[in-house]
Amino acid sequence: MKVLVPVKRVIDYNVKVRVKADGSGVDLANVKMSMNPFDEIAVEEAIRLKEAGKADEVVAVSIGVKQAQETLRTALAMGADRAILVIAADDVHQDIEPLAVAKILAKVVEEEQPGIVLAGKQAIDNDMNATGQMLSALLGWSQGTFASELDIEGDAAKITREVDGGLQTISVKMPTIVTVDLRLNEPRYASLPNIMKAKKKPLDEKTAADYGVDVTPRLEVVKTEEPPARAAGIIVGSVDELVEKLKEAGAV
Amino acid sequence: MAKNMNGSGPGLGPFDWADAFRIEDQLDQDERMLRDAAHGFAQDRLQPRVMKAYSEESADPGVFREMGEAGLLGVTIPEEYGGLGASYVTYGLIAREIERVDSGYRSMMSVQSSLVMYPIYAYGSEEQRKKYLPKLVSGEYIGCFGLTEPDAGSDPAGMKTTARKTAEGYVLNGSKMWISNSPFADVFVVWAKSEAHGGKIRGFVLEKGMPGLSAPKISGKLSLRASTTGEIVMKDVAVGEDALLPGVEGLKGPFGCLNRARYGIAWGVLGAAEFCFHAARQYGLDRKQFNKPLAQTQLFQKKLADMQTDISIGLQAALRVGRLLDESCAAPETISLIKRNNCGKALEIARHARDMHGGNGISEEFHVIRHMLNLETVNTYEGTHDVHALILGRAITGLQAFY
Amino acid sequence: MAVLLLAEVNNGELSVDATAKTVAAVKSLGDITVLAAGGSAVAAGEAAARIDGVSKVLVAEDASLGHRLAESTAALIVGLADGYEHIVAPATTDAKNVMPRVAALLDVMVISDASGVVDGSTFERPIYAGNAVQTVKSSDAKKVVTIRTSTFDAAGEGGSAPVEAISVGDNPGLSEWVEDKVAESDRPELTSAGVVVSGGRGVGSEEDFKLIEGLADKLGAAVGASRAAVDSGYAPNDWQVGQTGKVVAPDLYVAIGISGAIQHLAGMKDSKVIVAINKDEEAPIFQVADFGLVADLFQAVPELTKKL
Repeated sequence: MKVLVPVKRVIDYNVKVRVKADGSGVDLANVKMSMNPFDEIAVEEAIRLKEAGKADEVVAVSIGVKQAQETLRTALAMGADRAILVIAADDVHQDIEPLAVAKILAKVVEEEQPGIVLAGKQAIDNDMNATGQMLSALLGWSQGTFASELDIEGDAAKITREVDGGLQTISVKMPTIVTVDLRLNEPRYASLPNIMKAKKKPLDEKTAADYGVDVTPRLEVVKTEEPPARAAGIIVGSVDELVEKLKEAGAV
Repeated sequence: MAKNMNGSGPGLGPFDWADAFRIEDQLDQDERMLRDAAHGFAQDRLQPRVMKAYSEESADPGVFREMGEAGLLGVTIPEEYGGLGASYVTYGLIAREIERVDSGYRSMMSVQSSLVMYPIYAYGSEEQRKKYLPKLVSGEYIGCFGLTEPDAGSDPAGMKTTARKTAEGYVLNGSKMWISNSPFADVFVVWAKSEAHGGKIRGFVLEKGMPGLSAPKISGKLSLRASTTGEIVMKDVAVGEDALLPGVEGLKGPFGCLNRARYGIAWGVLGAAEFCFHAARQYGLDRKQFNKPLAQTQLFQKKLADMQTDISIGLQAALRVGRLLDESCAAPETISLIKRNNCGKALEIARHARDMHGGNGISEEFHVIRHMLNLETVNTYEGTHDVHALILGRAITGLQAFY
Repeated sequence: MAVLLLAEVNNGELSVDATAKTVAAVKSLGDITVLAAGGSAVAAGEAAARIDGVSKVLVAEDASLGHRLAESTAALIVGLADGYEHIVAPATTDAKNVMPRVAALLDVMVISDASGVVDGSTFERPIYAGNAVQTVKSSDAKKVVTIRTSTFDAAGEGGSAPVEAISVGDNPGLSEWVEDKVAESDRPELTSAGVVVSGGRGVGSEEDFKLIEGLADKLGAAVGASRAAVDSGYAPNDWQVGQTGKVVAPDLYVAIGISGAIQHLAGMKDSKVIVAINKDEEAPIFQVADFGLVADLFQAVPELTKKL
């Protein structure tokens, strides 16, 4: 079985986001970029499936700017076998919407015929939480979102999902799309030798046009602003003072 | 160069306070990715244990295995011997990331890479390379380097350790002092005056367990406490002919190693300095006195500006020397210049950062005093600040002033 | 124009708070038809009919819709989509599972987690874990939107909309429910509770989380946790408050032993009154707290529990 893992290049998890003063968006020039943390978990899970003998090939795919090649190299260094880069934008500030990404991925799935697509549940930049579900819809496949456990047996997969009420376990028909949540696994580090070796693994470059997908956004970004700041509070000296203040504020 | 009009004026670009010379743009993709991987390792695997290791003065030999698995050992050693086959710039970037956590961890790595693997690779026989390098790369073997002696520090030519020729090989006698990693080392690269070679200094590879070889630990260091330092005591240690490093004779042997290590140190100390600079900046922004952040005072800003300037210039210089090393044309004096400058400046930055943290600066939780204490050692070892001045002085005037 | 609103139904019961807040959020967009779907949904439909501002309720009851399996629920909604310009739902994990699938089947973009409704095609939504707020204008004919309910007040009750049962298509049979592991609790539900008491890594163990629960029970509060506490195994995942957990905005939020990483703040900073108890005076949580107490939680929390 082949596993397809879409990965996204996003602003590094540890970087504090700066909103541009003119409201046009978030400043991404000269900012450290990394693989979306949820996607790292997806890559890790794919590699574990291969190590467990349940998958025989892991293909990573990224859709975005040319620089996403570096993100793919990270996936290859972690253990993916080969990579596909679909260039769909020139400007690092241009985000490709989940719908367009899902359409391109659907074409990639058609070509690659994976048994499972493992994706991060959301990207930490646009926080859409949509690509996996949309891809599943376009393919008419089953979906298992927000997975914290995955167990593939034959033509079905048992997936434990993190939901509002606790945990839900479902069984889905293969092939399937699984979007992964934080607690599925702890992704490994790419070792330095594996980063060097990743250079020798195949990386195909394509464009959105190769797949005939129009990536024109459906949502026009009117403006991007800082969230409203909260007024500063006070430090109280004791539990008694805290109780008193809470009573004054009518909070208890 | 793209035109940038983001408030910087025509033909100018934006300023990144943490990367004034845009070092980032001067690195290639390999260098950036390898640097990031080293950063991740250092922050996730080393940072959480450094406080305990430092306060208990106990280095964990397991760190070598972990570093080996991550690929941090033998960065410049060719792949056929298990190394990474990467550039000296990469080696420097990695040293910077490790020393951002602690100079002791960087020392452990530098010794293994520059002082043990490098001489075996550069001066060793093919058999020696094959025997030792892969296991030193993986961290299965821990290495140490014996040059300094109780009575021979800045003047290594005054060493008393000798190698006497025998029918089977050599017998070594003498002792070495301030040897990083020696108490748990498996492989000892030891320099000795060899009677059979006209009293010239030659390198030998010794192994743990050889009769007469011991390596007691030196305790009570108040600096570099997360790495282990010891002596090497050799009492009639008999080795075969195959222990001799055949490829080099004289002081240029150990100096060839030291040049590489000093280059790594010049990068490493800037990692420690950057940590202190960033910590002082953040502390100054967070800490309010007299109803305003400390960072909004002129004295504080002056210190930050000095730190930023010295770090930025130091990094740019280290990068330049790395490129020269990768082109095989760096001069030892150039390396002396950056070792001396960057160590001295890093120490000064750490002292200021300690001061800028006020009372909190003396607590282990804020890390700056640990860096400060460590850098006292790093400013001293592998050629003190003053000895490097003499190397440069000799190059400038043509007159040696060592003795 | 008309709005189709997917009600939040759990085991046959309407989640009134989430549904009523969504009704309030979208009432300016047109007549609201609520869809109550589930293995059992009649009671939920009747409850939805009582929410002010609801014009009509559709009840789709079928075993295939139980447990909100995405494939069957999305197919049902797409079948109803013709008469509506807006298809909306509260941004619960159930709706986030279903709505992007609906959008893709309709060939439109989904607008996730809208925190503001500007007009029929313009919405505000947080991005970068709440570090920025983006206003987006949709050019799609239909808008599929999930609503971040914490930023809206719930619509009142008193309505009496007509309820109509609708037929359900064939089960696509792509997935089936196996089991739920739901924490049994008498405490209020986290996202709709008036008071939330949360613990972080500073609590130190699952055992010591009892301290947090004790204070919560005294206040009649729901219990929350930071990601660090959940990752460390001190608290179950459904207690997680934050960007990747639940977004809450109670009248009172008490953060105990929580440092206040931005991902946590994103999930609670709209709370009306925030109290932080932490021994680290530098903890970022104090920057959003109305009342901060620098103290050892193992002393302060029992004392607070006693004195309230």
